[in-house]
Amino acid sequence: MLEIALRHRFAGFDLDVAFRAPPGLTALFGRSGSGKTTIVNAVAGLLRPDQGRILADGAVLLDTGAGVCVPPHRRRVGYVFQDARLFPHLTVRQNLMYGRWFAPRGPGADLGQIVEMLGIGPLLGRRPGALSGGERQRVALGRAILSNPRLLLMDEPLAALDEARKAEILPYLERLRDELRLPILYVSHSAAEVARLATTVVLIGAGRVQASGPAGAILSDPAMAPAFGLREAGAILTARIAAQEDDGLSRLDTGAGPLWLPRVAGGPGTLVRLRILAQDVLLATVRPEGISALNILPVTVREIRTGEGPGALVALVAGDDVILARITRRSAERLQLTQGQSIHAVLKAVAVAPADVGRG
Amino acid sequence: MSDWLSPDEWRALALSLRVSFWAMLVSLPFGILVAYALARWRFPGRQLLNGLVHLPLILPPVVTGYLLLITFGRRGLVGQWLDDWFGIVLAFRWTGAALAAGIMAFPLMVRAIRLAIEAVDPRLEQAAATLGASRPWVFLTVTLPMILPGVVAGAILAFAKAMGEFGATITFVSNIPGQTQTLPSAIYSYLQVPGGEANAARLVWVAIAVAMAALLLSEWVGRAVARRIGGG
Repeated sequence: MLEIALRHRFAGFDLDVAFRAPPGLTALFGRSGSGKTTIVNAVAGLLRPDQGRILADGAVLLDTGAGVCVPPHRRRVGYVFQDARLFPHLTVRQNLMYGRWFAPRGPGADLGQIVEMLGIGPLLGRRPGALSGGERQRVALGRAILSNPRLLLMDEPLAALDEARKAEILPYLERLRDELRLPILYVSHSAAEVARLATTVVLIGAGRVQASGPAGAILSDPAMAPAFGLREAGAILTARIAAQEDDGLSRLDTGAGPLWLPRVAGGPGTLVRLRILAQDVLLATVRPEGISALNILPVTVREIRTGEGPGALVALVAGDDVILARITRRSAERLQLTQGQSIHAVLKAVAVAPADVGRG
Repeated sequence: MSDWLSPDEWRALALSLRVSFWAMLVSLPFGILVAYALARWRFPGRQLLNGLVHLPLILPPVVTGYLLLITFGRRGLVGQWLDDWFGIVLAFRWTGAALAAGIMAFPLMVRAIRLAIEAVDPRLEQAAATLGASRPWVFLTVTLPMILPGVVAGAILAFAKAMGEFGATITFVSNIPGQTQTLPSAIYSYLQVPGGEANAARLVWVAIAVAMAALLLSEWVGRAVARRIGGG
């Protein structure tokens, strides 16, 4: 558990935040300049805030009230920077072992295990200059983990990468989240990354915490959707792979019924989390017939939120999850949607992109 | 070969090499420290330090030599103290020549190293700190290896400058054959006597050869080090 309370004033900007990051991956989400990196730098000790208190698993890293400010090298915080920051004069292996050298003795991540987990075995003898962006970021991840930290900080580790490289790294981040028992503080301004990775979401805006809570709850709250961008708004649906079918589709079981998607990798029983974009969901009051969409889930209307514009966001209970549908206000009125009503959510199989399917 | 230069001339060359070597070696740690302070630290008096370091570059060398004489001479403030407590005498000794050469070469050394330090991304040093390295370790394992080409270049430049130092040296330690007569002083002496031009010319060729060798060595070492640390 990481507990953070900070106040810091810059020229023309002031930051005043307090939140907790439980185990798992906590995403700090907000637009550029909202203060996310400042928070992470304060946790790492690279920035000394005017006032603040930071506790990691009970250890005090900063307490300005008590005059405590642990220097960065004694905080045992693994930091993965947006620009990797590998040491150019050292090989990949030496980079990986750099932090290990200073780490306290005792059980910690094992080089072989981390190298295997990140798939960087063939790179060990090379220098950072000869690596691709994605490879560099994987090595930076390994280096941070091998320093035996008590928590991991990641400042937009994927922002400098193209889509293909992002897709290459995301599974490794999921493995880290699930296999290492480390709290991870992950800065992002990508709704897709948050939906794919976050256990907890902290929404930062203009130097304040706008909202925080479990990822599923924050992402399915219609009131939060504008913060993610209406076109990017989408909720998480958890599902289990039931069968791989002959025509290239996978059948998945959700709490609301079966779902067919283009091939999702994994054996039967594998748990996956799907990001369902609000704008990809159609609503129907009666079960539609003669329609190409494969997926029709029975759902219950939980909330209808209309804004200033012509749109409306509808939160729908689908089994144990809540998904969002973005429709027009006119449609909502024509269908006479009301809270508690049982309707059908229609989703095209191909609307769920491979990048939107993550480890459950 | 040994007939080519007279014993006094050999001594002058050997003394010049010795003076320059020690001037370079002893000033190197100070050069790195001052360059680091100027490049990375913000402290009151930073501009003053910068000015002091560069002073020998712009002052007439004879002024620097005179200042050394009144400071490090036997009656000088520091000179007297060194003599009383450690029995170290600098004035009119080869060690004094090394001090004069070191001070005259110092600005060049600091400039080269400072440029190298300024080229190191401080964010790499931050990364090292988050990985558990304290400040001295960050310097030893990240900063120093990365500035090595600049340090080598600065050291060799300082060596070459020390080889050529004349004005401050002759003012501070005079021109005593076999004791404080360096290569430039020997050339100067020859030019003071009628018919000494031929002798002076031979030493001029020696000076040119040493300077060129130092320059080529600095290029070569710099490139080799850069390849080792930056290459892929």
